[in-house]
Amino acid sequence: MHRQAAKLALEDGTVYTGRSFGATGETFGEVVFNTSMTGYQEVLTDPSYKGQIVTMTYPHIGNYGINAEDRESKKPQVEGFIVREMTRVPSNFRSDTSLEAYLAENRIQGIEGIDTRALVCRLRVRGAMTGVLSTTNLDDAALVHKARTSPNIVGRDLAKSVMPEKAFPWNEGFISPFSTQELKPGKRRQRVVALDFGMKWNILRCLSEIGCDVTVVPGTASAKDILAHQPDGFFISNGPGDPEPLTYAQETIRQLVGKKPIFGICLGHQLLGLALGATTFKLKFGHRGANQPVLNKVTGKVEITTQNHGFAVSTESLPKDMEPTHVNLNDGTLEGMRHKRYPVFSVQYHPEASAGPHDSTYLFEEFRKSME
Amino acid sequence: MPKRTDIKKILLIGSGPIVIGQACEFDYSGTQACKALREEGYAVVLVNSNPATIMTDPDMADRTYIEPITWEFVAKVIEKERPDALLPTLGGQTGLNTAMDLHRHGILEKFGVEMIGARADVIDKAEDRQKFKDAMLKMGLDVPKSGVVRTLVEANAVRDEVGLPCVIRPSFTLGGTGGGIAYNREEFNDMVVRGLELSPVGEVLIEESVIGWKEFELEVMRDRADNVVIVCSIENFDPMGVHTGDSITVAPAQTLTDKEYQRMRDAALAIIREIGVETGGSNIQFATHPDTGRMIVIEMNPRVSRSSALASKATGFPIAKIAAKLAIGYRLDELKNDITRQTPACFEPTIDYVVTKIPRWTFEKFPDADPTLTTQMKSVGETMAIGRTFKESLQKALRGLETGRFGLGCDQADPWGTPNQPPMEAIMNRLATPNAERIWYIRYAMKAGLAVEDIYQSTKIDRWFLHNIRDLVDLEERLSACPSLDAASEDLLWEAKQAGFSDRQLAHLWNTNDLEVRRARKARGVEAVFKLVDTCAAEFEAYTPYYYSTYERPATELQIADYGLQIDTGAANPKSAIRTPQLADETKPAKPGKDRIMILGGGPNRIGQGIEFDYCCCQAAFALRAAGYETIMVNSNPETVSTDYDTSDYLFFEPLTAEDVLNICDRVQPKGLIVQFGGQTPLNLARALEAAGAPIIGTSVDSIDVAEDRERFQVMIAKLGLKQPANGTARDLQGAIYAARQIDFPVLVRPSYVLGGRAMEIVYDEERMKSFVGQALEVSQGKPILIDKFLESAIEVDVDCLCDGQRTIIGGVMQHIEEAGVHSGDSACVIPPHSLPADVIEEIKRQTRAMALELKVQGLMNVQFAVQVERGAQSAESGALHTSHSTLHSSHSALHSPRYAVYVLEVNPRASRTVPFVAKATNVPLARLASLIMVGKTLDELGIHEEVTPRHYSVKESVFPFNKFPGVDIILGPEMRSTGEVMGIADAFPVAFAKSQIAANSTLPLQGTIFVSVSNRDKADILPIAREFAAMGYRLISTRGTARALRAANIDVEEIPKLQEGRPNLLDHMKNGQVDLVINTPSGKGARTDEGRIRAAAVLNRVTCITTLAAAQAAAQACRAMRQGEITVKPLQEWFA
Repeated sequence: MHRQAAKLALEDGTVYTGRSFGATGETFGEVVFNTSMTGYQEVLTDPSYKGQIVTMTYPHIGNYGINAEDRESKKPQVEGFIVREMTRVPSNFRSDTSLEAYLAENRIQGIEGIDTRALVCRLRVRGAMTGVLSTTNLDDAALVHKARTSPNIVGRDLAKSVMPEKAFPWNEGFISPFSTQELKPGKRRQRVVALDFGMKWNILRCLSEIGCDVTVVPGTASAKDILAHQPDGFFISNGPGDPEPLTYAQETIRQLVGKKPIFGICLGHQLLGLALGATTFKLKFGHRGANQPVLNKVTGKVEITTQNHGFAVSTESLPKDMEPTHVNLNDGTLEGMRHKRYPVFSVQYHPEASAGPHDSTYLFEEFRKSME
Repeated sequence: MPKRTDIKKILLIGSGPIVIGQACEFDYSGTQACKALREEGYAVVLVNSNPATIMTDPDMADRTYIEPITWEFVAKVIEKERPDALLPTLGGQTGLNTAMDLHRHGILEKFGVEMIGARADVIDKAEDRQKFKDAMLKMGLDVPKSGVVRTLVEANAVRDEVGLPCVIRPSFTLGGTGGGIAYNREEFNDMVVRGLELSPVGEVLIEESVIGWKEFELEVMRDRADNVVIVCSIENFDPMGVHTGDSITVAPAQTLTDKEYQRMRDAALAIIREIGVETGGSNIQFATHPDTGRMIVIEMNPRVSRSSALASKATGFPIAKIAAKLAIGYRLDELKNDITRQTPACFEPTIDYVVTKIPRWTFEKFPDADPTLTTQMKSVGETMAIGRTFKESLQKALRGLETGRFGLGCDQADPWGTPNQPPMEAIMNRLATPNAERIWYIRYAMKAGLAVEDIYQSTKIDRWFLHNIRDLVDLEERLSACPSLDAASEDLLWEAKQAGFSDRQLAHLWNTNDLEVRRARKARGVEAVFKLVDTCAAEFEAYTPYYYSTYERPATELQIADYGLQIDTGAANPKSAIRTPQLADETKPAKPGKDRIMILGGGPNRIGQGIEFDYCCCQAAFALRAAGYETIMVNSNPETVSTDYDTSDYLFFEPLTAEDVLNICDRVQPKGLIVQFGGQTPLNLARALEAAGAPIIGTSVDSIDVAEDRERFQVMIAKLGLKQPANGTARDLQGAIYAARQIDFPVLVRPSYVLGGRAMEIVYDEERMKSFVGQALEVSQGKPILIDKFLESAIEVDVDCLCDGQRTIIGGVMQHIEEAGVHSGDSACVIPPHSLPADVIEEIKRQTRAMALELKVQGLMNVQFAVQVERGAQSAESGALHTSHSTLHSSHSALHSPRYAVYVLEVNPRASRTVPFVAKATNVPLARLASLIMVGKTLDELGIHEEVTPRHYSVKESVFPFNKFPGVDIILGPEMRSTGEVMGIADAFPVAFAKSQIAANSTLPLQGTIFVSVSNRDKADILPIAREFAAMGYRLISTRGTARALRAANIDVEEIPKLQEGRPNLLDHMKNGQVDLVINTPSGKGARTDEGRIRAAAVLNRVTCITTLAAAQAAAQACRAMRQGEITVKPLQEWFA
């Protein structure tokens, strides 16, 4: 029962003392929070969390264990994981292992037993902060010093560390009867090249379900390499961190616009924006959760969306070729845009859900239709 | 889409009296709806028969009709008011059914009233089992195999298909009335027959058993633009097989992966769209198989429900208010989230705590009822608790139940480790069959060495819940291994408090008292912090101060000024550095110049303490807020208006125990604390709170003690020269018999300090005393039992008064219809008294004033009197009506001016159950005035100079849960058993009484057959009543004894055989629908006696059964009045215009 102590130190001088689970050691990252009540496995394995220590606002995490089907990448990607109470014995018919064992096996540090709500209030007030999570050095002052001197997330290219080394094909749709969404293939199969900056697998599963033969290429691929696959459309993936330093990707995208339909999600949306001349900025503490209301300006309907981003495209900066299509009802930030002349569109949120609601899957079908 | 301008006036139908399955949650939803609609400028016409509700307060609606909720009466309201629209989805099943009746009878069409929120065809599709099932199958969703039947023969065919066990659900009944699980053919036949009878449409659903599957509920909202959101998910701790109202439930769902949850969400969205609920909230129930995940749809409520109220309180999302706004045309994204102010209502709340609801049952009041929990709801109330973990919220909820427990065991009432420790066999039994005590038995099973897996196999309660309980039991063992409070480490104290252990439990484990534990932990910094319920897990700043307590270890903060960092607190002074407690604890200091007044609520509904007290608490909050105070509400009942976050300035959703209240006081520092409005719950805490230094205002704790302490009370009565029935006390059987002999039988025997007449009985002889005393002693828990002279045939009178310590104003004098001996909460009563002479009323008022002043009451006081005709006077009137039954036709002056004696039965220096009724009968807001007196205003300052005696009559009638407990004898006695009340208002008493009976669903026939059978005691007094009925043309039937008495008095009567004498007997006649009214006064009590069976059969066959002569006489008058002319309706606003 007695567990090793662990500490989380923030750059503002706050130190939380809790209990360690998963791996031991020391790690740092941008401390962010996610408000989804379910879906911690999807969060853990989402490569967009590279470089971040994630706090779940829901206090019981680990309830249903970890299973083989609900992964968004090969392994957990977060730098560290913060929960109020970690469930030791999971209960679910699909569970293969416990959260604790999974993190230990993948050498991810977790901390439990701290006041996660107070931490979230702090992040909301102060903004996202760099933090250090440690079981090895429990000296408060030393940890705070480390937190203050560790690299900031702004200006770093985190995508390179989570993108694939080389291209590979993807043909798998929804693998579990529990994860199906209403998606229909078209009459004819489409060839899609997906630029991978740390792509969630469920995007690929959705593309597959709408009848796409997908070739996944690293985000560093050149326009020439991409066009060589003779695709019917391009997809630009999500990924971690700041889009600005990814100038290579912006350049590639610039060359692709107008050639074939383009669909971008999250980081892909930001890169598309930057490529076309818009600017991005860092949100105070980001949008991470599965309850963000987004107004579709075309249909007038509201979608409840999954989000995971710390940067956003500035609506005011949109070039005249681009028009906003979706807006976040909580803070008015841009959630989607489309090109006025070409079938090029993107959303800031995650229509593939996983974790989260399925309100926006129609976007995949729109992408399919744009290629037909 | 902005709000509609083509409608101006909207009719709302309330849910009527509190019954099992329909409680104050619909007062909450209706009150929210009234406020929301009026805020938008619509005129609201409200119909509700329940005077105890906040919504029927005359300033909540434009036109408030306290009238019976039947389509006939509502039709009269429609004809008079001509509303443009009817909003049927906020008044529970009663509101929905009444709206459907109005539709079916063409009333809505005739008067051009549009149903908004849900159209009739939508309601029908959701409520009709077969149509709903067809819709689900059409969409490709899974449902249990089932069939709808109208006969036993059809039922048998369906049974062959779905197999046994199977579930039986009658269509269109409240709280699943008449439903159940049949394990064998005999049970199956019984349940089907009963279900067919109970269903208003004679229809029963027979369904594949999914007992033991996991049960979930989703609360869904939809607007006219087809935006749909899920407000809350709920997982039932008790798996399928137990009605969700009887289940422990937890929010949010705990054991679903996101994929499984989203699949359920997809289904819920598809269902609300397919069924076509245009706007508003719906509740959809699902079951999943624990081993395969197969998901089936159980049912849908196309309206705001009990679960909606729970979901609203669990998340902070005001479902009813939003539903009302959607019904008038708004879209979800056009409405703001009140809590965050910045973000729209079109989102899905996310929570960062765990909510646990535990039902409260009252099987002790119905010893003959079957205590097994099934698909028919049996609980009368519920408590909800919020904690950061399930463990904490479960323990908080258990102490919030107010059943003398302070968490999951290890308190004074814990039998484990005592000679009363249950044996293994009992444990196994209680695990396998769902029952009210099962949660305790899970712990016993663990203490007895059973593994989680074994318990899972017997209960099918998800292992996740069981492992959490296991954690609590393990921690309990570690705590008890610690030798003393002093030896407990800071870590251990934190761990215990974070797991929800109360100071009482720790005190019990460490052999000390709770105040010591409190002192010791506070000395070590182990203090509660208060967190916000904010719908968004702290993502946005919350403006609505809705709090719960928890324990969180503070973080360390290093001085970082050197780094030049400044933290923006968003608070008034952004420059001030954040101190740790300000983030961990989210309470705020009082606004400058404002004093805080804390009001303690009444906790979970139970028989004897319910919505009436919530009414008082809310009125106090409204009045004090208007008077410039910051009001703080503390309560643990999710159904109530008091726990709506905009009723007071601060809401603390906390158990009502001394520890929890003191923790709040520590943080918010109230100037005054009010214990008078929440019934017995806060009054019981008064002493402990005052001892700990809490500033209780209003009548002093010492005065409360004078009223409650028998000896001190006697001294006061003697000092004032008043009369009390002869009385004594006893601690054992011998003492009881001795006292009873001194006093002379019959005597009233009751335990000390109980509410609602628990274990109270009128004892006529020593033999009965011998069998009853044990029970009373047990309930009395070491305190002596009380023995009073029972005043036979006395008239009971209730008085509510208001006193500022100097002057007393009588709020209302209520004459009971039933004689003394029937619990005042079960008796019907009338304002003003319909048959008491003026000088008796004056005497009662004089005595009340004298006692109020003597007790220095500041606020409200209730007195119960018994008025008895002095023996000598009565014997002179041979053949005349018994005085207590005399009403209209035999005024006192016609008699030989009997002499009356007035006895004081009981004084309660607090708001009573009757306060809302009196307020509505007299239009004097007693509770509001009382709250202002408590903060120092005088009656003069409040401008209250005169007492109001209304010209019209208001009758309060009680409503009983007998139809939920088949076979239970329904006779009234000193133990209160009613769950709710209704009110009838009219110019004359008989019409007011008639309305109250219709409202209570005790319909009086306008013609037909009346079965009369009375005890020997009553044979003389029944004659004038029987004559009255016969004169009106009713056919009377009786068994031998009563028939003989009637014939001897020349009253026409047909004799029918007693039950065992031959057939067709009364039961046959009742079943054949040939009996329209039963008048049966008891000679002996018990479900197994002939008369007990007759009364139980009357309940089953929905034949009104009158069990006292007084009520029979009032009924006779009411029948005459109803036959003489049409009964009209009139809103409160007109009665007092």
